[in-house]
Amino acid sequence: MAEFEKANSVGEWFDQRLNTSGFWRVMMTEYWIPKNINFLWAMGALLAMMFTLLLVTGIFLLMYYKPDVNMAFDSVNYTIMQEVAYGWLFRNIHGVGASVVFLIIYIHMFTGIYYGSYKKGREMIWLSGMLLFVTFSAEGFSGYMLPWGQMSYWAAYVITEIFGGIPFIGDELVIWIRGNFYVSDATLTRFFMLHVLLIPMAILGAIVFHFYTLRFPHVNNEEGEFFDYKEESEKYLKGDKAHSKVIAFWPDFLSKDFMVITIFMIFFFYLVFYNNDFAMDPVNFDKADGMKTPAHIYPEWYFLWSYEVLRGFFFDIAGISGKSLGLMAFGFAQAIFMLLPWLDRSPMVKPANQRPIFKYWFWFLMADLFILTIFGKLPPTGANAWVGFASSVTFLVLFIALPFLTKIEAKIAGGK
Amino acid sequence: MINESRRGFMGKAFGAVAAVGAVGSLVAMKKTWDPLPSVMAAGFTTVDVSKLSDNKLEIAKWQGKPIFLLRFAADMPAVEKRSVKVGEHYYSIMIGLCTHLGCIPAYRDATHDFKCACHGGEFTAAGVHTFGPPPRPLDIPPFSIKDENTIVLGEAGPEYKALIASLSTDSNIA
Amino acid sequence: MFAIIVGLVVAVILIVLNIVLSRISFVPKEIRILSIVVIMVSYIYWGFEPFAHHEMHPHVAEATYAFDGKADIEALEEAGKDIADAEIFWSSVAKVAQHQGNAQAGKELVIANCTGCHSMTHAGFPQIMSDADSIASYGVTPPDLSLSGKIYDRNYLIAFISNPVKAMHIEHKYPVGGEKVFPMPASDWMQPQEIADMVAFLADSASAVPAPVLKEGATEVEISKAANKEVFEAACVRCHSMDYAGITARTSGEDMNKYIGAIPPDLSQHIRSRGDEYLHNFINDPQRKLPGTGMPRVGLTKDAEMQVVEYMTQIGDSKKAQREELGPKILIYLAILAVFALLWKRQIWKDLH
Repeated sequence: MAEFEKANSVGEWFDQRLNTSGFWRVMMTEYWIPKNINFLWAMGALLAMMFTLLLVTGIFLLMYYKPDVNMAFDSVNYTIMQEVAYGWLFRNIHGVGASVVFLIIYIHMFTGIYYGSYKKGREMIWLSGMLLFVTFSAEGFSGYMLPWGQMSYWAAYVITEIFGGIPFIGDELVIWIRGNFYVSDATLTRFFMLHVLLIPMAILGAIVFHFYTLRFPHVNNEEGEFFDYKEESEKYLKGDKAHSKVIAFWPDFLSKDFMVITIFMIFFFYLVFYNNDFAMDPVNFDKADGMKTPAHIYPEWYFLWSYEVLRGFFFDIAGISGKSLGLMAFGFAQAIFMLLPWLDRSPMVKPANQRPIFKYWFWFLMADLFILTIFGKLPPTGANAWVGFASSVTFLVLFIALPFLTKIEAKIAGGK
Repeated sequence: MINESRRGFMGKAFGAVAAVGAVGSLVAMKKTWDPLPSVMAAGFTTVDVSKLSDNKLEIAKWQGKPIFLLRFAADMPAVEKRSVKVGEHYYSIMIGLCTHLGCIPAYRDATHDFKCACHGGEFTAAGVHTFGPPPRPLDIPPFSIKDENTIVLGEAGPEYKALIASLSTDSNIA
Repeated sequence: MFAIIVGLVVAVILIVLNIVLSRISFVPKEIRILSIVVIMVSYIYWGFEPFAHHEMHPHVAEATYAFDGKADIEALEEAGKDIADAEIFWSSVAKVAQHQGNAQAGKELVIANCTGCHSMTHAGFPQIMSDADSIASYGVTPPDLSLSGKIYDRNYLIAFISNPVKAMHIEHKYPVGGEKVFPMPASDWMQPQEIADMVAFLADSASAVPAPVLKEGATEVEISKAANKEVFEAACVRCHSMDYAGITARTSGEDMNKYIGAIPPDLSQHIRSRGDEYLHNFINDPQRKLPGTGMPRVGLTKDAEMQVVEYMTQIGDSKKAQREELGPKILIYLAILAVFALLWKRQIWKDLH
């Protein structure tokens, strides 16, 4: 170890020992982001902000929450909501935040799909993002059980029952997951553990990994343009910021992110204070009762599209039961987005609207997901059931057709 | 050279022994998630059917599941291989969970059928599915008939075994 | 069918709108992108909230506080049932209502006809039987009548004394000639003037009941809470508990189950699980909102019903006032914060363009 000189400031003292200035440069002032972006590129930072809000409010809720079937409901709705100072605020932020974080995840995801940010070289960004989507889904599902209301109970019941459709081990698997024949105290405590410890740890790890995957392929830009980052960053460092195609993560990129975040927070807190029923379902203010199903059972809005794919197949086809078909389609819907980088065979990295065939596919998919979401909440009777069936089939067909459509697109683009 | 390959072998051997430990730990962890013995042993429910009245659904609880008990009225025909005769009357004894995704269907006494609010499945009074996503009739729990007024849920009596045997030979229902 | 058409039409409009929006070049690009996102998010929200609620919870007629039977007759007509019986009953109620009641005469009649079963503690008629004995004899505890003249509508009381089952709108549970008989007999054999007199006495003695006594320096909220609680206890607590207010139903769940075939729910969180609009419509006439429910129409006046729902809010959503006070402050703060963020971003990005 070389001899250390006496530091002239606290900053220098740390710099000598931790190379803070070097770390700051690599992570912040010389981490390059393309300049040609719009506010949709701020969704990542917004998600980090939302996750922080959920983590902090979750810690405070943890102080009074009791994971026991006899106490859970009252510990939330009486102790936290009525007694603890600002407990209601923490719970509203946590409940609404859990719903809104999925809105941002979906915007983030479909921004990626629209601009082709999953393509060659960026596959790991896409995959780690999907990993986050899966872990967030598990976190949302496990957390929804904790208030132990009617929707908590019956959503948990119906979703764990899905595993019963797996051949051979299904029935035993369901009992193993629940720790009982039905959703019970054992189920609540193990989902509590998952929600407050295991899954959040996995999410934190996945977030770090997701950031890391951006490092080498770099963030995509609005036109899908490839350029020499070294050349452009040198231009920037020489002071020609206006003509450089890159900006620094700090302060350039983050100043815009903070602007988007603060504007979004106005909207978010409006929901927290004045319109929170959509995230905290009124039915869940009835205590869980395993002997009484609510009139309508539906998952939170962000699971509706895949739920509708699950129940879209309500009749047997070719000797396979509707239930098995639904389960297969559901499994397909969960996994297929992961494969997107390999299903899209067209080398074009462009916004969807500039791609001759993909643009139709993209907007068709959006419309189909909207219909799946909306009908996923309605009772599946009469004509509703058929819309569910048609839109579920459309979903499957869209993804099966994607490789062929994009192959044609590649030919068109190559011919030009 | 000998040293090198020996180091390689010892490294692999260490890895293998560590893997045995890891697998053992996983098995232990899997068992920690298993239902407790007290839960698995969760016993039997005795039901007094003399308190039931015609065409009025009663719900008993067995292993945390709702059990439908329905005494057929004179105008409701008994269904072969599903209805159970206890004393004078025919009964439906069924697990009251929709075979689609486990919601509890509601009984409509005017039309003598069950309707599931979740996904619209319908069953007859004997529990046979007639509409919607349910893949099979309502399940029949193990039961045994003690005397003309008493049945015990969770215990497989001769009547139950006969019922199950007749089901498995019937390709229409299986 | 309606749902499908709406869903599909909106989806098509959405796609067209997006294509149009992406081509309006005189609007700044970021604004165009933002409006596409906002339109799509609003569409989804509309679909899974207002639209879904509209589909799942059919609208019912607004609550009416006249208790003149018009709504009942209309409902019978809609269901294609015979309305003659209901028309005769409610027109006789209307006739009684025209009589001016005499409270003094009413008192004698109440002593002769009511206080055998009902207490009226504030007017000096104590409870004769214990709750347990009442439950054994009638299946339920008869209500105390001290406040009945105030919290129940006059028309309703007339209808109730004449024929309780019809007034409560629970004919389906007590059909004429059926096995079950409602514990309180109908008094439609009495003279109209007599019924009017009894109701006049109930009203008089209710207005003489003193307001709840509170400690010195009670706040406005405490005063309103105590007044609301008094009405709530008189109107709801024979059957319902309110755990979060420490209130236990006078008749146990087990006994209620025998009496009406269901256990009345605890009301602590009903303001959240049902919402005030539902509660008003439901309390006003439970059968209209939830056909077949065990709960009878209780005939609360509009004021009394407001107090009941307000009490449920004060217990079940006790931080509502704080929430409504804090909301605007936080939003204003965030708006200021956003302005500073905007200015800072502008300054940083000045060099970048």
